[in-house]
Amino acid sequence: MKVQLRNPARELDVPGPIAVTALLARLDLNRESVLVIADGILIPNDAMLPDDATIEIRPVISGGAT
Amino acid sequence: MKCRVCRGPAIIDVRRHNANFCADHFLRLCRDQTAKAIKEFDMIRPGERVLVAVSGGKDSLACWDILLDLGYDVDGLYIGLGIGDYSDASGDAARRFAVARGRTLHEVDLPRDYGYDIPGGARAARRVPCSVCGLSKRHLFDQAALDGGFDVVATGHNLDDEAAVLFGNTLRWQTEYLGRQLPVLPARPGFPRKVKPLVRLGEREMAAYCVVRGIDYIVDECPMAEGNRHLGYKEALNAIEATSPGSKHDFYFGFLARASAHFRPEAEAEQETLRACPQCGAPTTSDGVCAFCSLVDRAGGAVPVHLRPRGAADPATVPG
Ligand code: SF4
Ligand SMILES: [Zn+2]
Ligand SMILES: [Zn+2]
Repeated sequence: MKVQLRNPARELDVPGPIAVTALLARLDLNRESVLVIADGILIPNDAMLPDDATIEIRPVISGGAT
Repeated sequence: MKCRVCRGPAIIDVRRHNANFCADHFLRLCRDQTAKAIKEFDMIRPGERVLVAVSGGKDSLACWDILLDLGYDVDGLYIGLGIGDYSDASGDAARRFAVARGRTLHEVDLPRDYGYDIPGGARAARRVPCSVCGLSKRHLFDQAALDGGFDVVATGHNLDDEAAVLFGNTLRWQTEYLGRQLPVLPARPGFPRKVKPLVRLGEREMAAYCVVRGIDYIVDECPMAEGNRHLGYKEALNAIEATSPGSKHDFYFGFLARASAHFRPEAEAEQETLRACPQCGAPTTSDGVCAFCSLVDRAGGAVPVHLRPRGAADPATVPG
């Protein structure tokens, strides 16, 4: 399964099938801080991701101190 | 995961509400929470003209979108900060949205109109970029709103932003800032009313809102934000939120309900020392020119020289 990450942009290969929550835990990501997206659609946290999936893990925290 | 409202398949969990939502009911939640904040804090009254501060990011575009859907009359204002590719891409995102929704996007460009960009301004003023950026944006939004006859300036600050600012101000007990941290700042001479309609919505919800609505916002972070304290506070709060959902909401709304009034006299006393900037007329606490004019004086070395045609009269004022 292909996993695209941002900031910096990079791509990982992770063996599937794997549950979204398990994937986030494995990458040490806080579920409050990201969205999982495939083909422009939000993937719920309880979904199982098949091995042939391509997903984006998008950070949602943005930063100006204003 | 099932939608709390219709029991159809859910696309997102909102743990703070202990609930999951399908796309339609999630959009409705975002609109309802915005409408609730507007009502609760008396942010916008019927018939008022709103100017939303648009950065091209998820929060400001979602804010504009939701206010339009709630029936408000809203234009956008985009400020070009001169931060390389980031500014180009964010300006494009703002323009695309305005065209798609058929609304007016007003634009100010710092390098073109004032002769400096954020990195250069930060160097000249010996301040961190976000501080120069914040003071520039505040000044230009106030000015654009007053010049354009808008009643209200709306910004896309969400619950995570407000909780993180509160956290930072509390860590250092910056009491004068605590007295001013409100979802609505009433209009005063020289200042339009300022409102934050998204305070009841989290950052993750705003990103999800844009994905569901197909709003093509700029995802990449401003390069100046790298390592700033604000991001660290957000991460710290999210670590707490992960084990204790609702903490950010309780922290911020508890502050508004039970603590903020204690700090208000200090903030109000400061207001009374405001006078008009001799250069631009904006209210300022400084003895000389305001912080913005002082920045432009120091950093705006490249302010365009306005050549006038031969024989034309001297312009009374140089356009900024
Ligand atoms: S991160 Fe800082 S410099 Fe960049 S847009 Fe936000 S406030 Fe401005
Ligand atoms: Zn539903
Ligand atoms: Zn001034």
